[in-house]
Parts: sequence; structure tokens; C-alpha cells
Amino acid sequence: MGERPEFRGVAGEALRHDSALKHTTGEALYVDDIFEPAGTLYLAPGTADVTCGCILRMDLAAVREAPGVVSVLTAADVPGNNDVSPTGCGDDPLLAKSELHFHRQPVFAVIARSYQEARSAARLGKIDVAPSDPILTIDQALKAGTFVSEQRQMGRGDWQTALEDAPHHAKGTAWSGGQDHFYLEGQVSLAVPAEDGGVHIYCSTQHPSEVQHATATVLGLTDRSVTVEVRRMGGGFGGKETQAAQWAALAALAAVKTGQAVKCRLDRDDDMLMTGKRHEFKGDWHVGFDDEGRIMAADIHLASRCGFSRDLSDPVNDRAMLHADNAYFYPAVRIRSDRCRTHTVSNTAFRGFGGPQGMLVAEQMIQAIAHQVGKDPLDVRKINFYGRGTRDLTPYHMQVEDFILDDLVEELEVTSRYRQRRQEIGEYNLSSPIVRRGLALTPVKFGISFTNTIFNQAGALLHVYKDGSIQLNHGGTEMGQGLFIKVAQVVAQELQVDIDQIQITATHTGKVPNTSATAASSGSDLNGMAAMNAARTIRRRLTAFASNHYGVPETEIAFYSGRIQIGARKVSFSDLVMEAYLNRVQLSATGFYRTPKIHWDPITATGRPFYYFAYGAAVTEVAIDLLTGENRVIAVDILHDVGRSLNPAVDKGQIEGGFIQGMGWLTTEELWWDTSGRLKTHAPSTYKIPTCSDRPEHFRIRIFEAGKNPEATIYRSKAVGEPPLMLALSVHQAIVDAISSVNAYRDLPHLPAPATPEAILNAVDALRERKAA
Amino acid sequence: MQNARGRVRFLLGSQPTEVELADPNLTLLDYLRTHARLTGTKEGCAEGDCGACTVLIGEVHDQGLRYLPTNACIVLLGMVDNKQVLTVEHLGREKIHPVQQAMADQHGSQCGFCTPGFVMSLAGLQWAASCKNESTPVDRAQIDEYLAGNLCRCTGYGPIVSAAREACSAPLPESWQAHTAVAETTLRAWQNQGQPLCCTSDRGFFAAPRSRADLHTIMSDHPGATLLAGATDIGLWITKWGQRLSAVIYLGQIPELQRLVQNDEKLEIGAGVSLQDASTTLSEISPDLNRLLRRFGSRQVRNQGTVGGNIANGSPIGDLPPVLIALGARLRIASTGGVREIPLDTFFVDYGQQDLAPGEFVESVVIPLDRDLRFRCWKIAKRFDQDISAVLGAFAAKLEGGIVREVRICFGGMAATPKRARQCEAALTGQPLDHETLARARQALATDFDPITDMRASAHYRQRAAGNLLEKYFLAMTTTDLPDLYDEKTWPGLSNQSFANG
Ligand SMILES: Cc1cc2nc3c(=O)[nH]c(=O)nc-3n(C[C@H](O)[C@H](O)[C@H](O)COP(=O)(O)OP(=O)(O)OC[C@H]3O[C@@H](n4cnc5c(N)ncnc54)[C@H](O)[C@@H]3O)c2cc1C
Ligand code: FES
Ligand code: FES
Repeated sequence: MGERPEFRGVAGEALRHDSALKHTTGEALYVDDIFEPAGTLYLAPGTADVTCGCILRMDLAAVREAPGVVSVLTAADVPGNNDVSPTGCGDDPLLAKSELHFHRQPVFAVIARSYQEARSAARLGKIDVAPSDPILTIDQALKAGTFVSEQRQMGRGDWQTALEDAPHHAKGTAWSGGQDHFYLEGQVSLAVPAEDGGVHIYCSTQHPSEVQHATATVLGLTDRSVTVEVRRMGGGFGGKETQAAQWAALAALAAVKTGQAVKCRLDRDDDMLMTGKRHEFKGDWHVGFDDEGRIMAADIHLASRCGFSRDLSDPVNDRAMLHADNAYFYPAVRIRSDRCRTHTVSNTAFRGFGGPQGMLVAEQMIQAIAHQVGKDPLDVRKINFYGRGTRDLTPYHMQVEDFILDDLVEELEVTSRYRQRRQEIGEYNLSSPIVRRGLALTPVKFGISFTNTIFNQAGALLHVYKDGSIQLNHGGTEMGQGLFIKVAQVVAQELQVDIDQIQITATHTGKVPNTSATAASSGSDLNGMAAMNAARTIRRRLTAFASNHYGVPETEIAFYSGRIQIGARKVSFSDLVMEAYLNRVQLSATGFYRTPKIHWDPITATGRPFYYFAYGAAVTEVAIDLLTGENRVIAVDILHDVGRSLNPAVDKGQIEGGFIQGMGWLTTEELWWDTSGRLKTHAPSTYKIPTCSDRPEHFRIRIFEAGKNPEATIYRSKAVGEPPLMLALSVHQAIVDAISSVNAYRDLPHLPAPATPEAILNAVDALRERKAA
Repeated sequence: MQNARGRVRFLLGSQPTEVELADPNLTLLDYLRTHARLTGTKEGCAEGDCGACTVLIGEVHDQGLRYLPTNACIVLLGMVDNKQVLTVEHLGREKIHPVQQAMADQHGSQCGFCTPGFVMSLAGLQWAASCKNESTPVDRAQIDEYLAGNLCRCTGYGPIVSAAREACSAPLPESWQAHTAVAETTLRAWQNQGQPLCCTSDRGFFAAPRSRADLHTIMSDHPGATLLAGATDIGLWITKWGQRLSAVIYLGQIPELQRLVQNDEKLEIGAGVSLQDASTTLSEISPDLNRLLRRFGSRQVRNQGTVGGNIANGSPIGDLPPVLIALGARLRIASTGGVREIPLDTFFVDYGQQDLAPGEFVESVVIPLDRDLRFRCWKIAKRFDQDISAVLGAFAAKLEGGIVREVRICFGGMAATPKRARQCEAALTGQPLDHETLARARQALATDFDPITDMRASAHYRQRAAGNLLEKYFLAMTTTDLPDLYDEKTWPGLSNQSFANG
């Protein structure tokens, strides 16, 4: 590290994470690390070992008598509404009352003097349940007709006629499994009783306002009585959006009951058993195309496993429909979506939010078409790309105005040596009996904005103290994605102050109210703008003051590099601030932002749900072992568009992290339930996320230089949280490519995701049988 | 035990620390976080699988101290008696450690929750690299090996690899040398006092006998006590299954169990030898064993877990037993009555049932070294690193003029115990390694096992993969160059290939 430059931190600089040093020294505090108030008690949830049925009787005597136990809570103890559902539709009980909906659904909660004692006691509950037959899979639910909400449809054109008229057809089913978030820090809340029956909660959540509201609802209070504070999370990925509320509300209820602070921290097993995951999807597709492989019509039916309640399943499934086109123009199309209710944990938000599952369908269609017309899939991708000015209408009637994938893919094709490698791999496979290689290039087009238009708003609060130091607060939460540093860079840019002058503070419902979840990749788009607006208010006031005070026209006042030029005079930021304070200028400001242009009707499935699109593409090379089905990613080349990056270091981190997470979803991460509906992969010993050695040495990430957001987002940057996850679809496609070498590329295998060794070996064997037949 | 000490004694950083062990089940992690309030060390899983709780354990070894990354969540506090515990707080106390600096500079943290664990693993790597007195920089394979037990959900690992490279090319911090010298003096002095540890409380006792004689005595006094070796299984009984042990006898301080003796004919590994220490010697038997041990758990787990524990636990999915059985190993079992030696495969009677009577313990495993044995083994799991085998196949045959003279084949994951494929062996014996033999042996193999379906693999896959591994063994015996997915040599030049000027 060289000398520290004098002035640091404006937008576009590759600053490291604001907490980087605190992370590496262990000083960064997470909720479980906060000094607990004296007498803090610990809460653990208790469950029954049954998948579903009617609760007949609860015998909790042994629990109450266990050492260290202070109190036991059941649904009967809830003073307000026994519901933590984000939709408010009442289907997510805090504690199950009469009916059990999934294996390990919480039925009671133990409050004890130590964490150990609470957990031990929680095992002692005797719960009699009259079990009923569970509905576990998508197919079972489709057959039984159990759904969490209505079927939705979107479409354009006369898809039926177009499909009938098409000279070529392909049909298939894309299966993708669920995914556990596996944030390294599990769900945790520390609730401290506050005045007037209220409560202050330190919580690991992406959605403080919802935790606040859910807790108030459970306690029978209004939102004003509950304060939620989030300094940082040890990872979120969507899993702490709605899923944090239950544990926060339980801790709060316990705190109010006992008058003592109560902490609820789920151990890893409880966390994985009791909280929602990525939706498993089945996508049946039928596509018609011409001799060139150009799509003429598509009919897609998506069905997902939502679990026992609605949670965010509607918007997740909407987003899956909205991404079933990925980057491709469908002249005529119908997309239907069924939201299956099953007796499993209620599935929820997960990075990509249905998008990846929808895109998998599109990419599988392309691969099938390419196979049928005998072309390289890349060529089929290209001729089906959205056009510029023509062929640019999505299935939801939004025009794609900012398409750049043609250029971006062209560039990546060259820099990754796609064509040469395709050739080399073909030759290699001819002479390799056991190890086979595969290659794929897949694009990503991802819509940015919450589809629920209401959520596209944000607030910020900026305090400038009279010594010139600054406190920054906004509604976004920090889960590792670098939001806080990016927003601080925006403020540094606006006020032209050094980044170290800005104190980043915890998200706090008492500072910025009515916040939206930090989700949908929108964190810096929304909060960056809100903070910019707050900073501009401050700057305007300082400018007006300086103009007045020094008698210089406002046009001759400029902020740059820690100083303010006032006519011929140069004043430091802190001196001007002090002067302004002495002259009674308000040095605190709020900022607000609402995304323009967007509107969306989920019922008719039309509108402009997205402000803009984020783009990227990846080339992945894999190898598989035909005898064992083992697989390995050996090279990845990524070109990704982040507009004008607010912080290239943070953005690259999101790209790489997202890709590897997507790769895990599609390869090693398998959720496995036994036939009675018990999840058996509920800890890292059985649920395998990628490790260091899974990340190939050859892993090149480049940010698309030409990238610039045509929409007026914060400094023309683009959201980057979710889109890169879907770059990993190239891994799956490359594995399919490698498998199809078994039959000299004459047949396309059916490969569900995740592509475990077992799934791959099955696909290989199926092709071999076809070959033999 | 004579003049036992009643309190656990260790160096916490450089601070001599004594703890009254009110509960023998107390883990090092809980001690650190709740008693010592060192909250830099995190809990991500409490089962040894995520590495968020990684600390360095310093112990006296040969000439000096050695520092081993270890999962604090499944170490019982009594196990660190006479050792040093270094946490992330201790590393940077005076001046930020090169690993901490590099992790911050290279953007190696995002949410930061995994970071202290990575920092400690990398500090272990940096220390190990600096001991080697070589100027070769650490390579990717070494980094992967040291990080196999640390999960990160945010970064995708690239920046952490860069940080590892940067930090490992920096010298050890000056203060490190000074501190270790002082620590070594203290630990040696403690050790020379020779007092065994025995902590008793109303919740039970934790005893660490320091000789075989003491072990015999305490075992006969407490016949129901749990023998504790590395705690990579037992730790989980406590943290995951809610068991509370009331009588614990720790085997880690008994020198007789830590021996590793090798001559021309055999290799004898004491039950208490750690998997990591055993791996160097075992790897010499075959590159496959090297690979297998490299994939066994993680650095942390291998530093902690023992060879004896991997056998004594009787697990049907333990990695060493099938391999050792194929190699023809014998097990030495000791009690006050003396020592008996049995073929290892007879030790595994049935699921959860071993040929081990009360009062007996596993002393060592003896592996014959037979240069003529054509040995191969393969482990199949969903993930390359730190995963439990779905199927493990170990094959050892002696060939004479292309004819199989003698063969032992043993599988893990195919039955309720590690089990030999007797039918398959019979079908091979006396036969040439040709297509017909393979077909017959495959058929026989299918009758040897009736595997289960679980979260790791279906019965169908297990059968199919077992047969395919047999085929692989045939190929390996008959072709010279069997390409291997995980061998870097299979992918020459890939890393320089694609982007022309990337
Ligand atoms: C994260 C993780 C990853 C793992 N990965 C693998 C893997 O890849 N492959 C694999 O095979 N295993 C794996 N394991 C399992 C475990 O590491 C091994 O089984 C280990 O060898 C057990 O040894 P230990 O010394 O820790 O035994 P302990 O946990 O101390 O004891 C295990 C059992 O053996 C008994 N025992 C121990 N020593 C003796 C003795 N000398 N005489 C009599 N009884 C004795 C104990 O009483 C107990 O019943 C993993 C475990 C973890 C936590
Ligand atoms: S907490 Fe995960 S390994 Fe210890
Ligand atoms: S930085 Fe979040 S888990 Fe590694």
C-alpha cells in the first residue's frame, strides 16, 4: 500500500468495504457479538417430529421443569395477531396453533437462562398430532390442485396458430431444485424491552421495517412502539427479507413477557429446517422455430414449490415468468404459472428471485433448438436476441430499449476464444473415453426494479455536525454487498469530502421510516439516490448561505476535493460548516427517491415493471467423468455490464460471488427430503455449497467498458446484486454439452439441476441406452 | 490418577489462563465467545464444517511449537490443556497481521462473517510456509488445501486466494517469533511437570491421563466413560445431538498412542495419531491415498481427528477403513489384560457394533507394506472438498502374468459397515483382467451389496458407481495413462489460454 492520498472516496473509486479491516480483525460486531444487557435470556423454538396434521395435545410439563427454563410460549401467549406473514394474509403463524404444515414448524418456544438450556429443553416437548398425508412435490400438488394463489398467465400474439404453423418443434421440461441461502450468520435477534410496552430489536434482517411491523402486529401494538436496528448481517441473499420476522417477533414477545432482554439465535439445523429457501421449479416448454432456429412461438408452463404459505411466492413466480424470455424475442408466446402449495417450509426470496428458474427454461429451449437445427447454440442465441428498434417487445408488452447483449456477446466470444475452444474440445472428446469436456456461452438480461411498484422508494438521513463530520443513514441494509460504502461514496462525491469524514451508521427504523427491503438488487439505485438528494439539500443550503455570507453569486461557488471555492476564497468544508452553524443554518437533511417510469399490473401481466435491464454473459468450460458423473468447472470468462460502476471492486465481488453461488445451485447444492417430508440436508455436513477448490484458477471477470445506463440512475450505474448469479447457467449448459458428447452430439440429455454426480451419471446412462437401442 | 490437576490450563494468546471446568462438555468456542468474550471467533454451524470458528492451536512439537488450524466449535476445552490458543483478536493485537492486511486490501471479505476463520486458516498457512525455508511461493493447490474447511458464501473465493498469495509472500510478523519463544518456554515447563488433568464437578469429569498405565486405571475405575480422541465425532454428539457426557477420558496426552513406526514390512500407526500427521506417511503408499487424505474432511478436521477415531467409531462411511482393509491392515486392541490383534475387517460386526469389549481401546493399526500390491482407491462425493463419501471403493490386487492371484476389494457407503466385496473378489481370483472377467466381476459385485438410498445418493447410483469404479480399476491396471478429472495435469495450459490479453 502506498501513501494514502489526501482526498479519497468519490464515486467510481475501487474502495474496499467500509468494514474490511474490522472484518479481518474480528472487531466487526454482529448481533450475537453485541454485549448483552445483564440478565439476558435465550430463546429456542420447539417443534414436533411430524410433517403435517392436527395438533391434538401439547404436553410441555417436562419443558417447563427443565433446568434453567424461565418460561414457555405457545400461540396462546400471543397478545396480538399470531401471524408474521409479509402479505398480511394470515397464513404464517408465529407459532402453530391447531395445525402443523411442515416438518419442524415451530409450535412453542422456550425461554431459558442459557442458550444450551433453552435448546436442551426445547427437545422435551411432547406434541400429539393426528398426522395427515403430506403433499410434498410439485407434481403431487398439481395433481391435487393445491395452490397458494391463483394461476397467472401472460402472453402476446396468437401463440397457438404460430406454434401450429412452425415447421420445427421441440418440447422439454426444465427442472431446477431449491437452494438454501446458507448465509454464514444464521437468523438472530436480540430484543430489549423499551418504554411504554415497546421493544428495541437488534436484528439480522434485510427488511427492518417489516420486522418492525410484524413484531408490532404480534404484540398488538402499532409500529411506533417497535424499533429495529441493523448494523450488518453475516450474509442475507434474500433469506433475511421475510424470514427474519418470526425470530425477531418471538424474541420481542419473550422480552415483553419477561421484562428482560431475550436473544433468539437459530442454530444451523433449525435455521435450515425452519426457514424458506429458493423455489424449486418445473418448467414445461414447447417451442416452434424455423429452419434457421429462429423462435416463432413458445408455450411455457411454470410450476413451483411454494411450501405451505404464500410468503413472497407471488412476486417470485411473477419474476420467473418475466424472465422466461431471458434475452430472446418470442414473436408469439404464452407463459402460465402455477404456485403449488406443499407441506414443506414456505419458500422465499433468494438472489435472482425466480429469475434464474425462468431463464433456465429459455436457455434449455435454445440448446434444444440448436441441437435440432445442427448449429452451435451460440449462433441460435444470437439470431434470437432482442433487436434494437425491432423485435423488442417482451411477453409482458414492455419494450426493451437498452439492449446491448449483441455487442457484449460479440466481445466475449472473441476474448474467450469461444470458437477455437469449441473446436479443441470436440477433438479432445473424440480421443478421451472417460473424461469429457463441455463449453457454453450464456447471456443474462435481468430486469431491475421491484415488480411491486410501491417498493421502489427510499429515504436517507444526513447529519452534518458542526465540526464538519458527517453521519449517514438510509433505509438500505448492509449484508456484505458493499451498499454502505457505495452510498457513502455518493455522499462524498456530492459534498466533495473525504470518505473518512463520513460515519456510516446502522439502519434504524427510528431514523428512516417505512423502508423497503434491501432486495431486488435495488439497494444502491434507491438509497444512493435518496442519499444524493439529502446531500444535495445540504449542499444547496451551504451554497445559499455562503453566497449570502460572503456576498458571492451562487454560480461562483463550487465544491471540490474537500474544499469549497467561494469566489476567490477557498474554505475548507468544516470551516464553512462551522460558519453555517453559527449562522443558524440547518445542517441535517432527509432525502427521498422514487423510481420513475415504472408501472405493472400483475393480473393482466402487462406494463413496464423494470426501469432498465442489467446485462452480462459468461463462457464456462467444464469436464465430467463418464464413469462416476463427477464434474468440475475448469474455466470461466465473464463480461458483465454494471453501467458506470460506483465501485468496481465491490462490483467485481458481486459478480464473482454471484456466479459461484449460482454454480452451487446448479451443481453441488442439493436439498433432499425423505418420503415423509423430512429435510435431510439441513447442515453443511450434508448440504454442500462451493468451496475454494471449486472456483477454477482460470476465472476472468471483466466489466463491460462500454456500459452506461441510459436511464438516469445514480451516476448512470447499474444494479449488480442479482444478475451475475444467472451467469452460472453456462455451467449447467456446458455440462449438458459434455454429456451429449457420449452420443457424438446426436442426442441431447435430460439433465435436471442440480447436476450432481448422480444426475449426470443418470443422464449419461440414458444416452448410452438410447445409443444401444 | 496421582496428583492430578483440577483446572484446565492453557495460554490464551500469551496469557496463562486457568479454568475451572464446571461442565466437561464445554466447547472451546463457547468458552471463547461467552466466557472470555472474544467474539471475533464465529459460530456458523457448530459441526466442524464451515470454519467460521477456526483458531490456531499451538502445541509443543519436535524442536518448537507448531500451529494447527482447528475448529473451536468441536474442541472440548479440556483438550487444549497445556496448549496455546490463538484467536483472530490475538493476531492483530499489536500490529495488524499480514494476512489481515491482505484480506482487507484484496477485498477478501464481503459480509465478513467467515473472515476471522479464513484469517486464522491463512495465518496457519503463512506460518507453515515460513517454516519451510523455501523461497517457492505457496501455490493454488496449497491454498485450496488450507481453505477446504472454510466456507464463504459471499466472495466466490477469488479475492481470498489473492490475499493468500499476497500474505504468504510476506515474512512472519517480527512479534510472532518473540511470542512463540516465550510461549514455548511456558508450555514446555507445564508439560514437564507431568501432572495429568482431571477436572471434576457436579456435572461429571474430564480426565486426560498421560500414560497407558493411568489410562488403564481410570478406565477400570470408570467403565462407562467415553473415550475421547479428536472429538470430530464426539464434538457433534454434544453440539448437534444434545448429548451431555458426564465421564470423559481424553486420549490425546498419552505418548504411547501417538507413535508412528515404519519398517520395510509394515507401518504401525498409533490410534491417537492425527489424520494430518498420518497423511504424510500413508501418502507414500499410493498417490490415491494422498488424494484421499487431502480430501478427508479439511485441514482443521485432520489436525484434530485421529486414525483410531475413524476406525473405532464404526461408521459405514468412514474413509480410512475400506482403504486399510484393502491393504490388509490389522487392528491392535488393548486392555488391562493385554493386547489382541485382529484383521481390521472383522472389527466391523454390524451397524454401530464393533468388536470392542468394555475396558478395551484401539491401540494402533498395522498396515503391511507390500510393494507388489496394485492399489487404487476412489472417493465419490457431491463436492470435491470436505464431503462425506457417497461411495468409496478401494482395490488391491496382486497380478502374476496378467492373472489376478490375490485381491481385496472393500467399499464404504455400500453397506451398514465398511465391507469387502467377497463375491466380486472370488470372481476375479485366478482370472485375467479382460472384458469377460470384468463383466462377471461386475455381476458378482451387484450381489455383494444392497445399499441404501439417502441424501448422499440413491441405492441405484451407489450400485452403478461401485461397478463403474471396478471398471475404472480395470482400466487403470491395463492402460498407462488414465485421465483424471481432478488432476491439474489433465488441463495443461488452460489458465493462459483464453483471453489473449485478459
Ligand atoms: C467437518 C467434518 C468432516 C469430516 N470428514 C470426514 C471425511 O471426509 N471422511 C471420514 O471418514 N470422516 C470424516 N469425518 C468424521 C471424523 O473426522 C472421523 O470419523 C474421525 O476420524 C474421528 O476421529 P476422532 O479422533 O475425532 O474421534 P472422536 O470423535 O474423538 O471419537 C469417535 C469415536 O471413536 C471412539 N474412539 C476414539 N479413539 C478411540 C480409541 N483409541 N479406542 C477406542 N475408541 C476410540 C470414541 O469413543 C468415539 O466413539 C468428518 C468429520 C467432520 C466434523
Ligand atoms: S462453527 Fe462451523 S466449523 Fe465451527
Ligand atoms: S464474506 Fe460473507 S461468508 Fe465470506
